[in-house]
Amino acid sequence: MNTTSTHFVPPRRFEVYEPLNQIGMWEESFKNNGGMYTPGSIIIPTNEKPDSLSEDTSHGTEGTPHKFDQEASTSRHPDKIQRRLAQNREAARKSRLRKKAYVQQLETSRLKLIHLEQELDHARQQGFYVGNGVDSNALCFSDNMSSGIVAFEMEYGHWVEEQNRQISELRTVLHGQVSDIELRSLVENAMKHYFQLFRMKSAAAKIDVFYVMSGMWKTSAERFFLWIGGFRPSELLKVLLPHFDPLTDQQLLDVCNLRQSCQQAEDALSQGMEKLQHTLAESVAAGKLCEGSYIPQMTCAMERLEALVSFVNQADHLRHETLQQMHRILTTRQAARGLLALGEYFQRLRALSSSWAARQREPT
Amino acid sequence: MDKVMRMSSEKGVVIFTKSSCCLCYAVQILFRDLRVQPTIHEIDNDPDCREIEKALLRLGCSTAVPAVFVGGKLVGSTNEVMSLHLSGSLVPLIKPYQSILY
Repeated sequence: MNTTSTHFVPPRRFEVYEPLNQIGMWEESFKNNGGMYTPGSIIIPTNEKPDSLSEDTSHGTEGTPHKFDQEASTSRHPDKIQRRLAQNREAARKSRLRKKAYVQQLETSRLKLIHLEQELDHARQQGFYVGNGVDSNALCFSDNMSSGIVAFEMEYGHWVEEQNRQISELRTVLHGQVSDIELRSLVENAMKHYFQLFRMKSAAAKIDVFYVMSGMWKTSAERFFLWIGGFRPSELLKVLLPHFDPLTDQQLLDVCNLRQSCQQAEDALSQGMEKLQHTLAESVAAGKLCEGSYIPQMTCAMERLEALVSFVNQADHLRHETLQQMHRILTTRQAARGLLALGEYFQRLRALSSSWAARQREPT
Repeated sequence: MDKVMRMSSEKGVVIFTKSSCCLCYAVQILFRDLRVQPTIHEIDNDPDCREIEKALLRLGCSTAVPAVFVGGKLVGSTNEVMSLHLSGSLVPLIKPYQSILY
């Protein structure tokens, strides 16, 4: 809408050099607005008195210079004044009508927007794909889910920083002379740090389990090795084992048993996940396809998806227990070397992701 | 609850499950891998399903299903079974019920 109405133009614009009739229009329109705004220093050449305070007090000072011009012309051309006033009234009236129409248009658009947002929400709940070619869960701006995930990502950033600091400290300390007591506290801290991550993930899984399942917060190389939202416990043991030498016979036996039971537990969970996928697929495909209506299938599928959160928690529990058992079997020094090795392994994976991404960007 | 007490004190490994529960399935797979044939009670087909669930929770199981009993004693749910197994304590517990074959 063309807002040429003087209502919307800040009074500052009306310098001394503006044509006189525009000033008249401005005053007139304000006067006709039931005395909403009558600047004290602008005097209409009638018996009008300034009464109500204006919303825009700056006009008061601006108006002063024009007072004298008006009084000068009033005495010489009364008819012209009357005609001008009438024109002003008409212009002001039209201006008010335009404003009213504009406001009504805004109101309608606002209601429409609210309605659209509600439809969008409803559609999302039904599980329809809503997005712009990117996973909608990663793009949510408006709903509560995203703020929890955003918080998680920030927390994870801090977690990685602390992780890197701990790894550097372990490296420095292990290359020098360090007491077992000091080493033990470093090991305890490193363990607690991993456990903290599992707690963070558990909270995030409640907000958006797909986010956690897909390892969205991890780098690409880490995600390549993803197993139910994190690293494979058996893989972890495989990476660490060479760093524990020398192991006592008892330790060797314990580690072998741990590897085996870890593998068995992993296999059991993997098969449970497969069954979940299978039953979910069945739920989605149930009834007749090609019919165009699928609300009951959605409801059933949603119920199945609830189980996904438990699986993510169980997988993290397995990681937790694996780390815990390692800590039990190994001496403090071995555990420290193991944690250093583990930390560096993940650092290397992250570095690999960056290098690979950089390579992709290079012109060939 | 009598029914639960009776079913849980059956010989060997007893697991209360629900047909729709995939974690229950995972636990069954684990025992199968350990060469144990557990007795499975699928409670969602039982008319007393709700009471059984409540009884299992009251007995101290973290989640009603899966509920694992060995030799009449409650071992726990998935969490407890996994922890026991990784610490090496599960196998001695189920040793009397392990199949010698394969």
